[in-house]
Amino acid sequence: MGDYFALMKPRVMSLVVFTALVGLLVAPVPVHPFIGFVGILCIAVGAGASGALNMWWDADIDARMKRTAGRPIPSGRVQPGEALGIGLALSGFSVVLLALATNFFAAFLLAFTIFFYAVIYSMWLKRATPQNIVIGGAAGAFPPMVGWAVATGGASVESVLMFALIFMWTPPHFWALALFVKSDYGNAGVPMLTETHGRDATRNHILIYTLLLVPVAIGLGFTTIGGPLYLAVAVVMNAWFLKGAYDIWWRDDAACDADKHRTEIKVFKVSLYYLFAHFGALLAEAALRLYGLGGWS
Amino acid sequence: MTIRVEHEVHERRKGRNYGVGLLLIGFIGIVFGLTVVKILQLGDAGEFERFDHVARPQLIPEEGASE
Repeated sequence: MGDYFALMKPRVMSLVVFTALVGLLVAPVPVHPFIGFVGILCIAVGAGASGALNMWWDADIDARMKRTAGRPIPSGRVQPGEALGIGLALSGFSVVLLALATNFFAAFLLAFTIFFYAVIYSMWLKRATPQNIVIGGAAGAFPPMVGWAVATGGASVESVLMFALIFMWTPPHFWALALFVKSDYGNAGVPMLTETHGRDATRNHILIYTLLLVPVAIGLGFTTIGGPLYLAVAVVMNAWFLKGAYDIWWRDDAACDADKHRTEIKVFKVSLYYLFAHFGALLAEAALRLYGLGGWS
Repeated sequence: MTIRVEHEVHERRKGRNYGVGLLLIGFIGIVFGLTVVKILQLGDAGEFERFDHVARPQLIPEEGASE
């Protein structure tokens, strides 16, 4: 059972569950706790299904990368056909159950997310373009929109900005990782930006995308789900992340080799704190609103 | 040769079988829970009953209608 669970990429799933839960809880429409639970479960299972489909399709390149060689398919513990079957079955199950439990718009968004990750990202972009992370990042950005749709049955500027926050955050997050695990992607023949355009171009891209991320993160603070607490957190975290992106941009390969990518590893960790802090602050604002304290009113 | 009640494959698959069993019980629990919540959310569950238990004229075959 453990290997089947590993197919569903539990670590990615935890991020999906967290952001989807925030999307659900900050929405202005209250949801019955059990329906909310089933909604989040469906989103988690849908994310797991797309992870299984991704592992089925990418088994050949997973086998060539140190980080992924121990995954269930390349190590021979799960047959590729099993992963495909589990992925398709869980995709259908999660989408149909979400439609029945909540609404068709949320189910459509979840289906589109699975399609985007499994087909657009895994099958098409990942091996075709160094912009794979940029466009493929949309798949990881949909969960808060799905969570919001579970509650409201639609989309709004708030849910789109939550999407945009993760969408713009993904490239600098992954490129920071790619800078200190460079050889892996090269061995697998995945056109990561570090391999196709070089490490200096990657550093430039990290800084540019971080600069583009800042207005999105700050802008979310002025919507109905934002507030002074969120804005304070956003200002601090964006300054920290921007400082990290600048530090990476300023360095060269000699400096990276000298301290064993210390700055890149630090910025990668900061990027994780960054996302959790933003969504945690949105959750805190929603909790404060229950006591008449959160938000701008 | 003695008959082995417990074959080796049964032992090996025990964990997986328990897992599948738990998943099925969980699924039943979810469907049951959703049914209860959705019906309670109707406000007046009697409306559900009235919809089901009223003789609807369109369901009664017309007299003299051919098969």
